[in-house]
Amino acid sequence: MRPKRRRLLLLVSALALLGGAAALALTALDNTMRFFHSPSEVAAGAVAPGREFRLGGLVEEGSLKRSGATVSFRVVDGVHSVTVRYTGLLPDLFREGQGIVAMGALDSGRTFRATQILAKHDETYMPPEAAEALRRAGKADGS
Amino acid sequence: MTAELGHFALALALGLALLQAVLPLYGAARGRQALMDLARHTALGQFILAAIAFGALTRAYVFSDFSVSAVAQNSHSLKPLLYRLTGVWGNHEGSLLLWILILTLFGAMVAVFGSGLRKTLQVRVLAVQAMIGSGFLAFTLLTSNPFARVWPPPLDGAGLNPLLQDPGLAFHPPLLYFGYVGLSVAFSFAVAALIEGRVDRAWARWVRPWTLAAWAGLTAGIALGSWWAYYELGWGGFWFWDPVENASFMPWLAATALLHSAIAAERRQALRSWTVLLAILAFSLSLLGAFLVRSGVLTSVHAFATDPERGVFILLLLGIATGGAFALYAWRAPALGAGVPFRPVSREGALVLNNLVLVTACATVLLGTLYPLFLDALDAGKVSVGPPYFAATFVPLVAPALVAMAVGPMLAWKRGDLAGALGRLWLAALGAALAAGAALAYGETMAALGLGAAAWIGLGALVEWAERLRLGRAPAGEVWRRARAIPRAAWGGGLAHLGVAVVVAGITASQCFQSELILAMKPGDSARIAGYTIRYDGTARVEGPNYRADRATLSVLRNGAPAAVLAPERRFYPVERQHTTEAAIRTTFLADLYAVIGEDDAQAGRTVRLYHNPLVPWIWIGAIVMALGALVSLSDRRLRLAAPRRRQQPAAS
Repeated sequence: MRPKRRRLLLLVSALALLGGAAALALTALDNTMRFFHSPSEVAAGAVAPGREFRLGGLVEEGSLKRSGATVSFRVVDGVHSVTVRYTGLLPDLFREGQGIVAMGALDSGRTFRATQILAKHDETYMPPEAAEALRRAGKADGS
Repeated sequence: MTAELGHFALALALGLALLQAVLPLYGAARGRQALMDLARHTALGQFILAAIAFGALTRAYVFSDFSVSAVAQNSHSLKPLLYRLTGVWGNHEGSLLLWILILTLFGAMVAVFGSGLRKTLQVRVLAVQAMIGSGFLAFTLLTSNPFARVWPPPLDGAGLNPLLQDPGLAFHPPLLYFGYVGLSVAFSFAVAALIEGRVDRAWARWVRPWTLAAWAGLTAGIALGSWWAYYELGWGGFWFWDPVENASFMPWLAATALLHSAIAAERRQALRSWTVLLAILAFSLSLLGAFLVRSGVLTSVHAFATDPERGVFILLLLGIATGGAFALYAWRAPALGAGVPFRPVSREGALVLNNLVLVTACATVLLGTLYPLFLDALDAGKVSVGPPYFAATFVPLVAPALVAMAVGPMLAWKRGDLAGALGRLWLAALGAALAAGAALAYGETMAALGLGAAAWIGLGALVEWAERLRLGRAPAGEVWRRARAIPRAAWGGGLAHLGVAVVVAGITASQCFQSELILAMKPGDSARIAGYTIRYDGTARVEGPNYRADRATLSVLRNGAPAAVLAPERRFYPVERQHTTEAAIRTTFLADLYAVIGEDDAQAGRTVRLYHNPLVPWIWIGAIVMALGALVSLSDRRLRLAAPRRRQQPAAS
C-alpha cells in the first residue's frame, strides 16, 4: 500500500509541476509573442502605436540617412513604405535594396523605432519574413 | 577520381548498414552465432568506408578541386589551409558527412569496446545503430551528395561565409555533432533493451559512459558556439534563445536528465523505464534539432541556405525513429518491471526532482521554439517568440532545481535526512547570504537571487567534498586515503556542479551589471564606460590574407593612465563580397571590455559600440569545468568500458 501511495504522491507532484509550467508558459507566450506585419498592413493601420511587432521588407534604395549613431531608412514591400529609425550598429549585410526584419514599435508619429535589425547573413539566405512581406504585397521575388 | 571513390565508399557503407540493421537482429532472435558476429565486422567496415569518404572530400577541399560542386560553392583557392579544412563541414553536405563519420565511429566503438556486453544486447545495439546510419546515409546519397560534380568546373570557388572563417566556429560543429550523435548510442541501447525486455544494472552501467561522453561534447560545443556568437556577431550577448540555439539546448537538457536518472538506475535499480524513455527522448531531440536547422522552417539568425525537400526527408527520419521507439516503449515498457521503492526525501527523490525540472524546462523551450510553426501552420499569423518568453518561463522553472542541486548529493539513497543535510550545508547558506547581500547593496534583486544561487551551489559542492574527505575532522593521512578512495564519478559530479555555479554567476552578473554605450566618434573623441575612458584615435586600412579591414584604434585609459588598446575591425571579404565585424575584447577574467565599430560617416563620425560585461568569461570557464567533470566521471573505474569483464575473470579462476 505504501509504495503505491508514494507513486501517487510522485505522480501528483509531477502533474502539479507540469500544470504550473504549462500555465506559466502559456501566459508568457501570450505576453511576449510578437506578430509579424508588412509595410502594407502597417499603412492600413493594423498595429497600434507602442505595440511591439516585427516588420519585414526591403530597404528602399536611397533612403538611408545617418545622424550620429542613429540611422533612418524606409522599408518597402513594393506597395507601401514605413520609416524606420534605429540607434546602433547595422548588421554586416545590411544594404539598400535588401530584405531585412526589424523588431520594434511605432511611435506616435508612425515612425518605426527599431530595437533590433536582422539582415540576411549570407548571399543565399533571405529572412523568410522579408520574403513573406514581398509575397503579401503581391510581388513574388524582389531580391 | 577521389570524389567518385568517396561516393562509392558511401554507397558501400549504406549497403553494409542495411545488412547490419537486419541480419544480426534475426541472428539474435534465433541464436545464430554467425549472423550475430556479422554485426561487429560490418560496424567496423562502415566506419572505415565513412572515413574513406570523408578523406576523399577533405582531399577535394585541400587541393581545391572545383569540379566537385560542394567545394566550388563553399571554398576558394585563396582561403587559408585551416579554413579549407574546416570548410569541409561548414555547409550542409559536408556537415552531414561529418555526422555520418561520427555515427559510424560510435558504432565501431560499441563493436570494439562492447565485447564485455551480453552478446545479444551488443548485437541489437549495433543493429539499431545501423538503422539510424542507413537513414542518414540514404539521406546523404539521395538528397545531398557531397561528391556531385559540376561541368565545366569553375576557375575558382565561391568562398566560405566569412562569419564561419573563425577558429571558434571551426571546431564548434565537430564537438556539437559528437554530442548529438553520441546520444544515438544511448538511444540504440534503449531500443535494444526494449527488444530484449530487460533493463538491468549492467545496462545502466553501459549507458552512462556513452551519455557522459556525448554530454561533454554537447556542453563544450554549445559553449564554443556561444563564445563565437559573443565575439563574432558583435552584439555583446552570448545567448539569444534563437531556434538554432534552442535546437542544441533541448538535447542538452534531456541528456543532463538522462545522466542523472542513469545513476539511480545503476546504483538502485530505480527509474529504469524512465531512463529508457529519456534515452529515446534525448536523441529524438537531436534529430528534431537537425530538422529545425536544416529545413529552414524557422527564422533564425544562424540559419544557412536551406531546402524544403531535405526538411521533409529529415522529418520522415525523425518520425520513423521517434515514432518507432515510442511505440516499442509503450508495448514493452511494462515488461521492464516496477522499480525499487524509495522515500520522497532521498537521493532518488532528488534525482526525480532534477529530472522533472529538466524535462519540464525542456518542454517549455520546445513549446517556445515550435509555437511560431504551429500558428503559421494554422494560418493564425506569423509570430516570433523571443528572449522575454524564455526569461519568463525557463528561469523560474529552473530556480528551485538550483536550490535543490546542493542538497541532493548530501542525501542518502532510499531514505535521506533533509534537516541533517541542510545543517551540514550551513557554510554554503552563509556564503549564499553574503553574495545575495552584496548584490542587494547594488539594488539588484535578480542579481541577489542568481549570485546567491551560484554561491550556494558552488560552496555546496565543496562542502560535499569536505564531508566525504572528513576534512578538518580526520588526520591528514586519513583525508588523503579517503581522497584516493572516493570514486572518480563523485569527483566528476561535484566538479560539474561547481561548473554550473560558475556559469550561473557569469550569466547573472553579465545580465544584471552590463553597461552599454552607442555613439558616433571622431578621432580624438572620448567616452566613459564603467570607470574607463575610451579614446578613439582613428582608423587604418589593413590587408588580411583574404580580406581587407578598417581597423580602429581605441585607447583605454584608467585614471588617466593608458591601460590597453582595443582594435576592433570591420572586414571586407572580396570573394564573398561580404562585410564582417570583429569585436575587440580586453578581458581580466572578472570583466570584459568589448568594442565593435560600424560604418564611417564624413559628418557624424564612426559608429562605435562599447560594452562592459562583468563575469562574462565565467560562462565559458564554467562550461569547461562542467565538461571536465564529465570527463573525470568517465574515467571512473566502475564505468570503464571493459571493467565488468575484467572483474569477472579473477572470480572465475
